[in-house]
Amino acid sequence: MQGMILDRVRALMSEGVATRVLGWETGEFPYDRTPKFFNESNLENLKYDSFCGCNLSKYLVNESEKVIALVKPCDSYSLTQLCTEHRVKRENVYALGVACRGKIDVNKIAALGIKGITDVEEDGDTLTVHTLYGDKQVARKDVLLNKCMSCKGKEHKNVDEVIGESEDTSSVERFDMVAELEAMTPDQRFAFWRNELSKCIRCNACRNVCPACTCVKCVFDNPNTGVQNKAAADDFEENMFHIIRAFHVAGRCTDCGECSRVCPQGIPLHLLNRKFIKDIDELYGDYVAGDEADQRHPLINFTKTDCEPSIVHQRGGDKG
Amino acid sequence: MSMNQNPDWKPTIVAFCCNWCSYAGADLAGSGRMSYPANVKIIRIPCSCRLNPLFVLRAFQRGADGVILCGCHPGDCHYSTGNYYARRRMTLLFSMLDYLGIERGRTRVEWVSAAEGAKFSATMNDFAKTIYELGENKKLGDLRCKE
Ligand code: SF4
Ligand code: SF4
Ligand code: FES
Repeated sequence: MQGMILDRVRALMSEGVATRVLGWETGEFPYDRTPKFFNESNLENLKYDSFCGCNLSKYLVNESEKVIALVKPCDSYSLTQLCTEHRVKRENVYALGVACRGKIDVNKIAALGIKGITDVEEDGDTLTVHTLYGDKQVARKDVLLNKCMSCKGKEHKNVDEVIGESEDTSSVERFDMVAELEAMTPDQRFAFWRNELSKCIRCNACRNVCPACTCVKCVFDNPNTGVQNKAAADDFEENMFHIIRAFHVAGRCTDCGECSRVCPQGIPLHLLNRKFIKDIDELYGDYVAGDEADQRHPLINFTKTDCEPSIVHQRGGDKG
Repeated sequence: MSMNQNPDWKPTIVAFCCNWCSYAGADLAGSGRMSYPANVKIIRIPCSCRLNPLFVLRAFQRGADGVILCGCHPGDCHYSTGNYYARRRMTLLFSMLDYLGIERGRTRVEWVSAAEGAKFSATMNDFAKTIYELGENKKLGDLRCKE
């Protein structure tokens, strides 16, 4: 796969399509993949394998020169959404779709009790994990990123071409966990979220990584919000940050799963975003952000017969 | 009202009212000598869609026990469509608050026209009663903002 991509990228470059490529390179650890702009001189460092979970589309914001960008199926939704919002100029991107068979979460390998990981090799459905204490075998499907287990689909949206064959990796219904929370009593839900959100250290990684979060001036950088860049001094700050973060991307969130993936505290942020997606689907009709170019998203749209906000009270039944 | 509550407690209610309808409705209630609870604090906004979800959270932070938005009836917005957008936003916001376990009765939207002084007073009385029954807002307040 990597060889095919490199060949194709070289061909595109020699055709003069662009002089730079946005892809991944090996980071600090052998299994880290960091976003990187390459040119001809360092192209051999470009990596594409099962550790490239990171979504690259946000790095295209503000690019004024044409770039060849490698996009996985899920990234292609984010890129399409960014183009719709005029944050990325589609004509400045040659979107090279790359096939995906699910990406690996190295934390899940570690969670199996495997310590001192030095490298991971892939062979079909098995991974050989090299460690300081010898080699271990792991089934690929047991260590996929959560986001890959509820993948929206492996069809690339709005790309210029696709290299390779993708494989379906979804094994979990996307909205199962949201429905489970909805079925709890308000006090149980409150306890669940206090437990999760109180772990937040306000590193802002979830905001920074999100391809839907591209405002030049973010509300959370305004000292007057009282919730800017600091460890929370009161519960309220956590609630405020998380409600507003999720609300600001409601209707635009492509459910790429990056926010939950990068959270160093393991907070399931996607459950907030998916709640909005589920509500939107149920109340205003099915909608997938980034599915098509130039869609008008549900929060900048309306119908005269929309439900009243009191539906929230009715739907909830008598539980609180 | 729950058992372990301070008997002197009175709910604080913030009512965001659109300038063109509900604010005038409140005026009419006043000039018609219809009463509504004194602990309803009205904040005038130019249109219901001016209500940033942040304002709702901020009101709760600063000690509100209930927040209500009043705007022109759908179809009657002074800016034609503002309240349609507000309607979607508030629906999703209220649903999210409910999802986080905040009592869902603490938020409400009512459409009140400039001619509906009686509706304004009835709405506020009813909302105040609901909030009184729900008790103090403990889940979404900020300790630093308490006296
Ligand atoms: S909110 Fe999370 S899942 Fe949604 S687009 Fe942003 S990073 Fe992706
Ligand atoms: S990435 Fe996690 S810890 Fe950091 S601000 Fe977001 S939720 Fe909080
Ligand atoms: S002007 Fe009253 S709701 Fe828009």
